[in-house]
Amino acid sequence: MKRKNILTLGLSLLCLLFLFSGAVTAADRVLMMATTTSTDNTGLLNDLGPMFKADTGIELKWVAVGTGNALELGKNCDVDVLLVHAPATEMKYVADGYGVDRREIMFNDFIFVGPKGDPAGVKGKSVKESLTIFASKKIPFASRGDNSGTHKMEISLWKDAGIPLPDKETWYIQTGQGMINTINIAAERDAYTLTDRGTFIKYEANWKGNPPLEILVEGDAALKNQYSVIAVNPKRCEKAKYDLATKFSQWMASPKIQKAIADFKLMGKQLFFPNAAK
Amino acid sequence: MDYLGSGFLRALVLLFSGDPETYSAIITTLEISTLSIAASLAIGIPGGFILGYFEFPGKRQIRTISDTLLALPTVVVGLFVYAFISRRGPLGDFGLLFTVPGVALAQTLLVLPIVVSLTATAVESLDRRLRLTLITLGANARQIALQTILEARFAVLTAAVTAYGRAISEVGISMMIGGNIKWHTRTITTAVALETGKGEFAMGIALGIVLLSLALVVNAILVTLRRKR
Repeated sequence: MKRKNILTLGLSLLCLLFLFSGAVTAADRVLMMATTTSTDNTGLLNDLGPMFKADTGIELKWVAVGTGNALELGKNCDVDVLLVHAPATEMKYVADGYGVDRREIMFNDFIFVGPKGDPAGVKGKSVKESLTIFASKKIPFASRGDNSGTHKMEISLWKDAGIPLPDKETWYIQTGQGMINTINIAAERDAYTLTDRGTFIKYEANWKGNPPLEILVEGDAALKNQYSVIAVNPKRCEKAKYDLATKFSQWMASPKIQKAIADFKLMGKQLFFPNAAK
Repeated sequence: MDYLGSGFLRALVLLFSGDPETYSAIITTLEISTLSIAASLAIGIPGGFILGYFEFPGKRQIRTISDTLLALPTVVVGLFVYAFISRRGPLGDFGLLFTVPGVALAQTLLVLPIVVSLTATAVESLDRRLRLTLITLGANARQIALQTILEARFAVLTAAVTAYGRAISEVGISMMIGGNIKWHTRTITTAVALETGKGEFAMGIALGIVLLSLALVVNAILVTLRRKR
């Protein structure tokens, strides 16, 4: 008697759970996106999400993770569309059949930031020269170390400079955390770090324009940071909402939204530069 | 240090101005933890009772497993459940990932060992004469079981509160399974993690204070319940 009761209770609870989930999935005009922390932390998506809903009636939901993690979520068919920034990895991703229709949307650039007063003396130097100085003088350097787009960029910069990745060096601090956290750690440890400009402007805004770190290396052609939208391959993932993903991709590239991206500013500074192909 | 002061002020403002984002996070937190607690109590109390009341082979081993699982790390539960409910996982068709029921399911697994172990301990520590007395009074098996649970109700209540505390305060599962989606699966703890990630420490502290106030309310209700015994 008792056992039967328990069984019924357990089963009805399970039913309740699925009922709830049914209610969630029933609204199929929901687009699930995996994106990088920079688009979320800066507040860009908080602006774009409601605009997308107003224009198309589609609700945009997103999880903000590192680019590596975002690509993985796409591989597992857990999201419909990706907004990421690691071009080389993305091309391979598309070539391997995980994603389709990669479309470039906007860019900003990476910068090296470091303690005010620049103790290592890298201000105005090229990326290669700066990295050589960090490695030879054992200057504290904070790395994301989380397989994110920024981390992938940093690894390729070390490689291009011909310096082996300082993985086990004591001056090389691998935080394993998001961009702002890594910048905070760099500030606490008097270290240098590589960041996208958008996140750094957000960081400056947090400090009301007077942060303990400053931009030291910028403008090198190697530092361009390209963001792209990729639809999850509907042939691999039957449930991926390819039509909605396509709509999102086209919408992001439309003149109106490209202008909205250009107009998105923090402390009067532009964070992202639209460059979708017309 | 001034983060603490401004965080405290911010908490008051958020709570009393009815900030929609904060209330959405509070409601999501309550929704998830209520679902997971209800499910874990429904399974855990009978389970704990059986484990504490009856003698059967393998009982001690099950007890050891349950006690070990008290130390279950949230990220491990998160990863495990993610593997099952990802669209490519065995339960992928239900579409539970990044939803409130998905998080509740994983949290249920997290707090179930707490309910089972603490209930079993409570039942075990009851006076053995209780059963004999009940038998002498002519109680049948079902009445004996009910009466035993009733005698242990305060200890079971403690188990529920402990489980509730673990559920509302965890962040690993909510982040991995819920995905911290604004207006949907953003809970107070994932919001704190996000605000910290954005460098908005004062806002993070404000939300932390909100969470503590919630815990205070829950405990205050329980204290009143106990007084009425």
